[in-house]
Amino acid sequence: MRNASLPSIRLAKRTDAMNPVFVWLIRLCSIILALLIGSLLLAALGYSPIDTFATIIEGATGSSVYLRQTIKIAVPLLGCALAIAPCFKMRFWNIGAEGQITAGAVGATFFALNFADSMPAYLLLPVMAIAAIVCGGIWALIPAFFKAKWNTNETLFTLMMNYIIIGIVRWLQGGPWENNGPGGKGSQKIAMFGDAAKLPTVLGIHCGWIIILVLTVLMYIYMQHTKQGYEIAVIGDSANTARYAGMNVGKIMMRTMFLSGAISGLVGFIIVSGADHTLSANVAGGVGFTAITVAWLAQLNPFAMIVIASLLAILEKGALTAYRSLNVPATIAEILTGFILLCMLGCEFFVNYRLSVHHRKEG
Amino acid sequence: MEPKCKVELVNITKRFGKVVANDNINLTINGGEVLCLLGENGSGKTTLMNMLSGIYMPDNGHILKNGEEIRIHSPKDAFSHGIGMIHQHFKLVDVLTVAENIVLGLNERGRLDRTAICQRVSEICQKYGFDLDPNSKIYDLSVSQKQTVEIVKVLYRGAEILILDEPTAVLTPQETDRLFDVLRNMRADGKAIILITHKLHEVLAISDKVAVLRKGAYIGTVNTADATAQSLTDMMVGHSVSLNIDRPLPVDPMPRLKIEGLTCVDNLGIKRLDGVSFTAMGGEILGVAGIAGSGQRELLEAITGLYPVQSGSIRFTPKEGAESELVGKTPAQIRKAGVAMAFVPEDRLGMGLVGSMGMTGNMMLRSWKNGRGFLLHRKEPTALATKIMDELEVVTPGISTPVRRLSGGNVQKVLVGREIASSPSVLLTAYAVRGLDINTSYTIYNLLTEQKMQGVAVVYIGEDLDVLLELCDRILVLCGGKVSGIVDARKATKEEIGLLMTQVQGGEVNA
Repeated sequence: MRNASLPSIRLAKRTDAMNPVFVWLIRLCSIILALLIGSLLLAALGYSPIDTFATIIEGATGSSVYLRQTIKIAVPLLGCALAIAPCFKMRFWNIGAEGQITAGAVGATFFALNFADSMPAYLLLPVMAIAAIVCGGIWALIPAFFKAKWNTNETLFTLMMNYIIIGIVRWLQGGPWENNGPGGKGSQKIAMFGDAAKLPTVLGIHCGWIIILVLTVLMYIYMQHTKQGYEIAVIGDSANTARYAGMNVGKIMMRTMFLSGAISGLVGFIIVSGADHTLSANVAGGVGFTAITVAWLAQLNPFAMIVIASLLAILEKGALTAYRSLNVPATIAEILTGFILLCMLGCEFFVNYRLSVHHRKEG
Repeated sequence: MEPKCKVELVNITKRFGKVVANDNINLTINGGEVLCLLGENGSGKTTLMNMLSGIYMPDNGHILKNGEEIRIHSPKDAFSHGIGMIHQHFKLVDVLTVAENIVLGLNERGRLDRTAICQRVSEICQKYGFDLDPNSKIYDLSVSQKQTVEIVKVLYRGAEILILDEPTAVLTPQETDRLFDVLRNMRADGKAIILITHKLHEVLAISDKVAVLRKGAYIGTVNTADATAQSLTDMMVGHSVSLNIDRPLPVDPMPRLKIEGLTCVDNLGIKRLDGVSFTAMGGEILGVAGIAGSGQRELLEAITGLYPVQSGSIRFTPKEGAESELVGKTPAQIRKAGVAMAFVPEDRLGMGLVGSMGMTGNMMLRSWKNGRGFLLHRKEPTALATKIMDELEVVTPGISTPVRRLSGGNVQKVLVGREIASSPSVLLTAYAVRGLDINTSYTIYNLLTEQKMQGVAVVYIGEDLDVLLELCDRILVLCGGKVSGIVDARKATKEEIGLLMTQVQGGEVNA
């Protein structure tokens, strides 16, 4: 006996490419779905989801002060996601952005501590930026070099490099770079930067945001329209093909990682010089890891990264406000981010597969 | 003997989006019978078999077994009805043994009794004439042995109906003969065997019946005894096709590549090429025959600068210009000098093409460095992609559609077309027609002959000896990295070459 007219759901891989507008629409829906799931969680915990989300948005964008703070969170996230993008495009799993930011910050801090009195700002800031770029770049180049020469595992290598540089900063904090000023000894803290080493502000926010926005456009052009961007894409698809086409895969790998580390290093400079005005072991504060989420969610598209980085920054900043005014746990932002990541990865399924419901006819 | 089973496919239709992959197909297969499913690329053979093995479900129609309708929702269902499929791409776990792979996924109750499993596997092997050690690890096996594991896996599950998807595509002539012996044993045992293939001489050699599909439609079933290669091709293509390759005599042959004592060693210290010497002439097609892994790939890679050369020389004379040494040059320099390579690896994409990019992006693989400055120049590659699409009739929604989405034949047209477009002095091809149907294969043969007539030295590494003998002017035979002979393709016989493929001595080396 057959079951009468049971509708069955079938899956089929899409053979034709979907309209990109439609693809992004699906991704938008997945974010909304994530927020709905988040609402259920909030409701279950006894908070009003509507109030909470309203507070989150209000707290992140409601006044120019709030907005500036939100942008301050978004800037390093976006910058670091841009840094990771070319590596991931190449399928080089660089999860060491955290360490590369820190290395850049160390390079910038060296000049900030030693030359703030003797150099004018217009000279010192570029020197700090270059130092950060070089340090971050070298920190990324090391694992790339080993990968190119001996095919070491880049995931583990870049991860371990994070702990090394963070350890170095801890040592600097308590040792050679410890604040010598009044009350500084034994504080395990590095002195605050002099004024010459601080990034100037534009529209009330340190000018790092301009640098990063320019970088977004440059990165888009780099990935889509340059020869080097093309090489990266070919290697990401098939290293064998790249070799066959006459590309020096090892060299390109090292070059791309240097670039990636350099951008991360620049982000490190922006953090110490624009936001923190000092160096601590916690300078990257997880940005290097969250940026991986940003880069993936944006499908390595630099412009989409602006949206994603802003969204995550709004959640993070807004959740703090929600904690203060409604006593909603601040970690709710992280939980929501997790939901969004899950839903967006899940929605790729609908981008790649077609779902259809069949009604089987008897007969 | 078990009672013979019978499976019928009735009015099967399957659509993918707008494409009708199978249109109202009727097919019957009986136990004790070998049925060949014949059709060009994209004619729906694999789709049809995937419905029988539970990977797809038909949109319309029924599948009957011994007169009763069965519903196959998953490969597991298919197995429970005694249907097993051996796919083109093996699905084996490398680090497990043969026996472990065979029982993988069976979920038998109780303790895993390795001895009993091995014994059963050995019994099956003995019964049908397989040569297989159940305790060896998969990574130690050759391609043909891996295929054997797949077949035994299906038999172990008690399959009565076996579907083999292009099983000979990866086998040497000898291995193919062995496989056919096994298939005959299974047929004698009452199994029903469905074979998907392109190679007509195999169809004629092994099958009892041939069912032909064309563009998703069922054309008909004929008894093999009544069929000829020509009649089957006509059914398959829909119009009469000439099965003779046009082979004009070489005009004014000029040495293009002079290879002397070429020796290459891999990173384990094994000699992959051992004192290889030959001359490739412009205006002729030099065939390279040999058992898989006799140094064909290394030879091509050494010439193109991708494989380190230990000793020997490769002197190259372009169409215009002076002779030069290629050993020591980078792949990019060699390509620029006029040596083009179209290597089609087993997965068709791994070398030479970028699957995620469109035709334009793949054209750029040759020219991305051209033009001044930092930015890519897309204009010329775009024009080239359009030209190749039109001239070679590449079926694609557009030149920006990722080539991964194209069918095998079209992918190879893109690859060969691009290499020819660089107007090379030497064109190296390996397995250029791998997995292609007859029509497309002949398109490729004609392209190569055209190049030969333009004075290009064409090197054709192939698997099918019949084609090598028909297409090439001379054939070089490799055996264990050594040249075991160079023969005149117009005079040599298949047996002669087969002999040279397995032994080094005795072949007279003349040019």
